[in-house]
Amino acid sequence: MSNIHKAFENGKAFIPFITCGDPDINTTLETVRAAVEAGADLIELGIPFSDPTAEGPVIQAANLRALKGGITTDKIFSMVEDLRRDIKIPMVFMTYANVIFSYGTEKFISRAHEIGIDGLIIPDLPFEEKEEFLPACHKYDVDLISMIAPTSENRIAMIAREAEGFLYIVSSLGVTGTRSEIKTDLAKIIEAVRKNSKIPCAIGFGISTPEQAKKMAAISDGAIVGSAIIKILAKYGTQAPRYVGEYVKAMKEAVR
Amino acid sequence: MTNPKGRFGIHGGQYITETLMNAVIELEEAYNHYKDDPDFNSELTDLFNNYAGRPSRLYFAKRMTEDLGGAKIYLKREDLNHTGAHKINNVLGQALLAKKMGKTRLIAETGAGQHGVATATAAALMNMQCVVFMGVEDTQRQALNVYRMKLLGSEVVPVETGTGTLKDAVSEAMREWTSRISDTHYCLGSVMGPHPFPTIVRDFQAVISREIKSQLLELENKLPDVILACVGGGSNAIGSFWHFINDKDVRLIGCEAAGRGVDTFETAATIATGRLGIFHGMKSYFCQDEYGQIAPVYSISAGLDYPGIGPEHAHLHDIGRAEYVPITDEEAVNAFEYLAKTEGIIPAIESAHAVAHAMKIAPSMNKDKVIVITISGRGDKDCTAIARYRGENINE
Ligand SMILES: Cc1ncc(COP(=O)(O)O)c(C=O)c1O
Repeated sequence: MSNIHKAFENGKAFIPFITCGDPDINTTLETVRAAVEAGADLIELGIPFSDPTAEGPVIQAANLRALKGGITTDKIFSMVEDLRRDIKIPMVFMTYANVIFSYGTEKFISRAHEIGIDGLIIPDLPFEEKEEFLPACHKYDVDLISMIAPTSENRIAMIAREAEGFLYIVSSLGVTGTRSEIKTDLAKIIEAVRKNSKIPCAIGFGISTPEQAKKMAAISDGAIVGSAIIKILAKYGTQAPRYVGEYVKAMKEAVR
Repeated sequence: MTNPKGRFGIHGGQYITETLMNAVIELEEAYNHYKDDPDFNSELTDLFNNYAGRPSRLYFAKRMTEDLGGAKIYLKREDLNHTGAHKINNVLGQALLAKKMGKTRLIAETGAGQHGVATATAAALMNMQCVVFMGVEDTQRQALNVYRMKLLGSEVVPVETGTGTLKDAVSEAMREWTSRISDTHYCLGSVMGPHPFPTIVRDFQAVISREIKSQLLELENKLPDVILACVGGGSNAIGSFWHFINDKDVRLIGCEAAGRGVDTFETAATIATGRLGIFHGMKSYFCQDEYGQIAPVYSISAGLDYPGIGPEHAHLHDIGRAEYVPITDEEAVNAFEYLAKTEGIIPAIESAHAVAHAMKIAPSMNKDKVIVITISGRGDKDCTAIARYRGENINE
């Protein structure tokens, strides 16, 4: 078991998502540190992919900015090594199957473990395909985090029973991006999870305001925010860490 | 072991978001239910014959055969189908299936625009809504097809992300499907993507090889020695190969787009330059960099301008049952002009890649050998681009 459970021992969790290398490595380092200082409970680090099919325009653009800036998987590994000198909270990678597979599954996952990564979120890896990465994840003690979507229905029990780390509950249909309203009956989904597993559930996709985060955390164990943070990075560039820090502080207060 | 579902050797699978899983499971169940249903099949055959104009001709290219001086050359005339390409075979099948599933809206990606036009056509015929995603680069290369789709009542969404070509159109169609599933079927245009698409599309395109086999038996009383087809995702190629896969003496050759050459970065020849990866729902070969970032591929042909290849082709390559050869822009354009002048047939620039390989291998083959080239589509859509390639502007 990894350290992910610790993220949920400090009240409801607030989980920021940050695309590594957007706009550059240094800004990512400072942004992560600012988020941790502001009370983030777990950091989701995105490794950019050229064709992120689960992403809306905001995170797509961040991926492209980062890749244009010359980011690579190896540079991200070194960055995480640097972070791990002072960051104690759990950190997970979010990336697409090909980034891991192409690097060499075992090589990627053993290295991720070595530098202190606790889990992997792979949006294009459904339950049916998790054997692709699970053996290496188990070998190196890295949790493979599963997702549950509004369309999962009869699949919830099956996914929940084998879930590890935490469950990523996708709030809405569609791709990532901020939303004015979240209509899915998430309480019902989480109830179905609870019947099958004790695993913490965090809700993501579409959350941007403290009010939304508070509502989501009230029915689950935490809130995940990506696009809203990426928008701050897009707006302030290298000056963003301070603003991300302020945002995370407000969000953590709202979910607590 | 990895998921055995929809595997071709190690390739294939279902590498998609959880949000889409029940949609592909529902599609698989519906397909398994209808594929052997006599009513479904007679409806589809009726559409094939009376609407699309099947069976398509197997035409003996006499002048080309004489000119090249070797093997006898037959052309499988998918260009004569309604809407001008093989794409209609798959689309009629999928649209009919979607209709049976109670879907009222079709979405599709398109490269050259032929699959988009076919989908827009089927949507008009079956009174369904239709939205086609097309790379912004391709909307310019294939302006005529954009107009055709709109005329047929479809919405065309230019995709500006990434390289603005076919792969980006596929990504965008997948994103759209994720946001609207209950009334929408994603009518995928080639033997790619997550299971069950590679199987469904192959089965609907297999009519090509079924016809070739019976037509050639009648004309020559033999099986072909070589079958040539161009490969983008690989649907016209797998359709042309399928009923010959167990006939080990029939050489199956897929022609990939080499663009400016396989030793340049401006190529789309996946088997020649790609490596194993996971993308767009499938494990297969992809053009990518050392970190798994998908390469920005290039070909003069919008329909072959894709960084991957269908998983069944990847498997046929692995086991050595089919061969895949790269054909450059220059060779394809020469073949495009050659077929126009020798046979009075203007092929799609995609299909011209297959013609180009016939021009290479036919002369050294014996006169009693038979090559069948699948002419996957007609070339009207390409005339502007080929003229431009030759330095002529016909749109002043
Ligand atoms: C005429 C024609 N041939 C071939 C292709 C390539 O597709 P596939 O490899 O699936 O046959 C296209 C795609 O747009 C096409 O329009």
